Amino acid sequence: MKSLLRLRPYLARYKRTLLLGLLTVVASNLFTVAQPTFVGHAVDSLKRGLETNNLEQTDLLFWAGAIVLFNLIAGGFTFLTRQTIIVVSRKIEYDMRNDFLGHIQKLSLSYFQNTPTGDLMAHATNDISAVRNSLGPGIMYPTDTLMTFTMAIAVMLYTDWQLTLLAMIPLPLVSFAVYRLGKLVHQKFEERQEQYSNLTTRAQENLSGIRVVKAYVREAHEIGLFRVMSFDYLKKNLVLARVQSIMWPLMFLLVGFSLVITLYVGGLRVINHNLTIGQLTAFFGYLVMLIWPMIAFGWVINILQQGAASMGRLAKILDTEPEIRDTATTDHAISHVRGEIEFRNVHFTHKGANRESLTGIDLTVPAGTTLAIVGYTGAGKSTLVNMMSRMYDVTSGELCIDGRNVKEIPLQALRSNIGYVPQETFLFSDTISENIGYGTDNGTDEHVQEAAEISRIAHDVSDFPKGYATMLGERGITLSGGQKQRTSIARAVIRTPKILILDDALSAVDTYTEEEILKRLRTIMKGRTSIIISHRISTVKDADQIIVLNEGRIVERGSHDELVDLGGIYAELHRKQLLEEELEQL
Amino acid sequence: MTDEEILGKAYDTSLMKRLLKYLRPYKWHVVLGIVLSIVVSSMEAVRPYFTKIAVDENIANGDHEGLLFTALAFLGVLVFRGLIQYFNAYLTQWIGQKTIFDLRMQVFEHLQNLGLKFYDKNPIGRLITRVTNDIEVLNEMFSSGIVMVFSDVFTIIGILYFMFSMNWKLALISLSVLPLLFYGTFLFRKKAREAYREVRIQIARINTFMQEHITGMMVDQVFNREAKSYNQFDNINAAHRDANIKSIFYYALFYPGVDLIGAIAIGLIIWYAGVEAIGGTVTIGTVMAFLQFNEMFWRPIRDLSEKYNIMQTAMASSERLFKLLDDRTMIDDPVAPVPLNAVRGDIEFRNVWFAYNPGPTDAETEWILKNISFTIKAGETAAFVGHTGAGKTTIISLLGRFYDVQKGEILIDGVNIKDIRQKDLRKHISVVLQDVFLFSGDIASNINLGNEAISFEAVQRAARTVGANGFIEQLSNTYHAEVKERGSTLSVGQKQLISFARALAFNPAILILDEATSNVDTETELLIQSAIHSLLEGRTSIVIAHRLSTIQNADKIIVMHKGEIRETGTHQELLAHGGIYYKLYQLQYKEQETGSRPVVQIGLRV
Repeated sequence: MKSLLRLRPYLARYKRTLLLGLLTVVASNLFTVAQPTFVGHAVDSLKRGLETNNLEQTDLLFWAGAIVLFNLIAGGFTFLTRQTIIVVSRKIEYDMRNDFLGHIQKLSLSYFQNTPTGDLMAHATNDISAVRNSLGPGIMYPTDTLMTFTMAIAVMLYTDWQLTLLAMIPLPLVSFAVYRLGKLVHQKFEERQEQYSNLTTRAQENLSGIRVVKAYVREAHEIGLFRVMSFDYLKKNLVLARVQSIMWPLMFLLVGFSLVITLYVGGLRVINHNLTIGQLTAFFGYLVMLIWPMIAFGWVINILQQGAASMGRLAKILDTEPEIRDTATTDHAISHVRGEIEFRNVHFTHKGANRESLTGIDLTVPAGTTLAIVGYTGAGKSTLVNMMSRMYDVTSGELCIDGRNVKEIPLQALRSNIGYVPQETFLFSDTISENIGYGTDNGTDEHVQEAAEISRIAHDVSDFPKGYATMLGERGITLSGGQKQRTSIARAVIRTPKILILDDALSAVDTYTEEEILKRLRTIMKGRTSIIISHRISTVKDADQIIVLNEGRIVERGSHDELVDLGGIYAELHRKQLLEEELEQL
Repeated sequence: MTDEEILGKAYDTSLMKRLLKYLRPYKWHVVLGIVLSIVVSSMEAVRPYFTKIAVDENIANGDHEGLLFTALAFLGVLVFRGLIQYFNAYLTQWIGQKTIFDLRMQVFEHLQNLGLKFYDKNPIGRLITRVTNDIEVLNEMFSSGIVMVFSDVFTIIGILYFMFSMNWKLALISLSVLPLLFYGTFLFRKKAREAYREVRIQIARINTFMQEHITGMMVDQVFNREAKSYNQFDNINAAHRDANIKSIFYYALFYPGVDLIGAIAIGLIIWYAGVEAIGGTVTIGTVMAFLQFNEMFWRPIRDLSEKYNIMQTAMASSERLFKLLDDRTMIDDPVAPVPLNAVRGDIEFRNVWFAYNPGPTDAETEWILKNISFTIKAGETAAFVGHTGAGKTTIISLLGRFYDVQKGEILIDGVNIKDIRQKDLRKHISVVLQDVFLFSGDIASNINLGNEAISFEAVQRAARTVGANGFIEQLSNTYHAEVKERGSTLSVGQKQLISFARALAFNPAILILDEATSNVDTETELLIQSAIHSLLEGRTSIVIAHRLSTIQNADKIIVMHKGEIRETGTHQELLAHGGIYYKLYQLQYKEQETGSRPVVQIGLRV
């Protein structure tokens, strides 16, 4: 339960509202607790009237009116309780979710590579919901229970303390039963959920491997396996049902015991004139009033426990320190970069990996020049360029921009001067215009169109009925691989960056369009630094400097002609691509 | 709106009829459940009745013994009712679970029978939702919906019966608030449903946003758009909060409102009791009983209105499920199949034309295969070579009849494969796909795929033949070592060897091999080469070859280019010819001559 203490700052933000909420709980209980007594008075008055044959109609009307009036007032306060406490819990949920996103935005790339998206999603939704649940109902019901309990018991004790004590005997059992059963239900529920996720995994596996299943005629076998798991799920469900089904009947039974005791003992006391029939009626009223708080009490304990567990999980994320951030050595005077990049004996090992991804990289890219990187898959090309924007920090060695260690440059200043086109194009489910304009703060329509023109996507966009307002993704259209890449390039270009990084960003674009894009990029990138990763010779041949990466090392460097003459990996690549072109012509 | 978001009507007769069919095997259980519900409901109304007897007959007359008897009878009824209630709650769950089990198996079996064409069109994620989520929703309807509706209705009827038999005028008076309650509930449901829908929409937006921005976090960071994204999220998050606050408002109004209507009813009972008492027709016990009836009446009414939501989602889910069950994208077996017992292994493609999505006319169709004809004699190995997209993979899909050709025919031992039952056909063909797919389980079960006709010895033999025994026997549990999902703990080479052993264990007449072009170390490469050799020996084989050694050993090389067969012959003949094969050889195979560098994929990504 300790982990819930972390919520203090959130609660403090709304303490006035919460205090008001607690007051309304007290007030509404005061008016509610009076009602069974009024009913009792009315019944007694009716009885007197029947016995003396002198019925006070106005008396009855008075009590009837009082009941309705008090209920109205109590209802008003209950309304306010929900409007304060429950509303605050939703506001805190909102605050927490914002803080959650705000925090993970600061975490570095390696964190996301090691944490499944599904896990983070589950924390952001389920755990925050569980915490919110423990805040709203977790505050409202215990207070309400406590108030109802104290007030009702006080009135009951005052009326007839012996009957009260006897009638109360089964009630603590109700709380206890709800608490224990609730725990058991939760446990069985978890077991059931586990089997459910097993079943889901199995279905996923079967459907992903459906080609093998069909090729080897294993359908019947797969059905058999699924049947066994499905049946196990059925059994787990029935175990859960057995526990769950006990809950309400047991509750009614325990409460029933109370009613029976009250009926018998109370009845005897009415016969012996120790109690009026009206008071007995009131007693029944109070007992009924206590049922819900008793149930709620056991329930709330479970909710609080679940909330605490969730808060614990959230705390673990919120306490994760971002690995890459501005530190004391950051020079905040820097707001621009020229674009000179220098790697000095840089080594890099991915978190948890036992092999270096980059080994002894020495490389200088003068500002305003173009560097091309070539190499096999897994050679470390993407890792190398990702260090420039500090997605990763060097393990040893030094990376300098404009002669300053990259760690001294504020992240904001560094990244706002970089335009990056990732290998795997990632566009948002938003309009094309938003996706291109995403790259800049003040992207006017003209800017967007200009960038789209440079990356040769403008023509495609004009073919869409809604043009730049066309939605992408699930709710919109699906772009082809090449269109996605060109949109992604426009997004980087609109930033007019000092450093432009294309990570294999033209692979899905045909060679003609590629040439068109490169030509335009050369114009706008005059005086700016460009880094181009590619598998195609045509893309890289005009670069000022070409390096070939192999297993994390720079194995060849020079201009196109120099490298072709060298007769190494680059020359081999060149030869093959010429052959391929010939083959295409056939 | 996607399929998942549509919420239609809460009741659809034809859907309901079809759903109820699933209850048929359990009809006696359902009948019992309904009977028990009636019993429990009728006892629900008994409590006020006992109170009335205790007050009017026992207490009023000072009858100690009678009071004890009434209390004990009351107790007995309570215990009895509790037991039945428990049993019935379990029974209804049981019915629901059984029904759901049947339905889930039906959907799963149907999925197993659908053709690959169906899987090409439907994302797996959506299909999984059908097997799990949608069925789960129906569970709620079957277990808590149908039987409980009876229970609620009978509770109401029971209470009404007792009320009217005690004092019909008082009954009418206390029921006079009902229209108010109904109207209030109706209004609330409407508003709450709107608010709920808004909440759901906003939750979906939050999830989409989160999902997208966690996946694309790197993009956010490189473009330093964190603040912008944060603000965007803030807006969605706030909309979600406000939608919830709106719905809280309705709930905050509704619950006290219902209470107030109850209090008004109490007021009316007290007032009218006074009026009636003058006539002497009302007793104290009756008034007390009515006060209790009043408080008992609300629950079943409120429950009933909640069933509406359950029904609504259940209808939407069942509609999606039935749509899936009605999908007949499958290849039908012939009515009078030709039996195929022993297969020699002659294969012939005769003027085959094929497209995955044929257009309205031939001219508008994007043909993947154009007029393909070739024969492979029993026991021969044919190697298919060609550039990516040449149509090689399609040939092997067609041979197993995973798709039907549009024109021409495919013959095995001279029999058109359309005249053979798919199961019989595939029994004689083993396929090794480029992407090795391993199931979670153990090594042995991945080799025999759970086929009990393949003994453990046969599994071992197959593994030995392809040289997989080496690494398997070094695993801690050898053949029973655990295989994780997708075989994530095994290396690429190991997975390939397992898939070879799998193909061999089924001892097919025809073997189809789509060679993988992954980078493996030299030792493994040699192991794989010799495994392929023993795999192809003595059976008709079709290989999509990437290895020079495989090609050189083939009896026949078929060169495909852009959906057509362009060259056929042996390695030497084709090299001498100097055509496409010669170019391909230069591009892909030549460097393997030295044997030092394994297949490299660079430069092939066009």
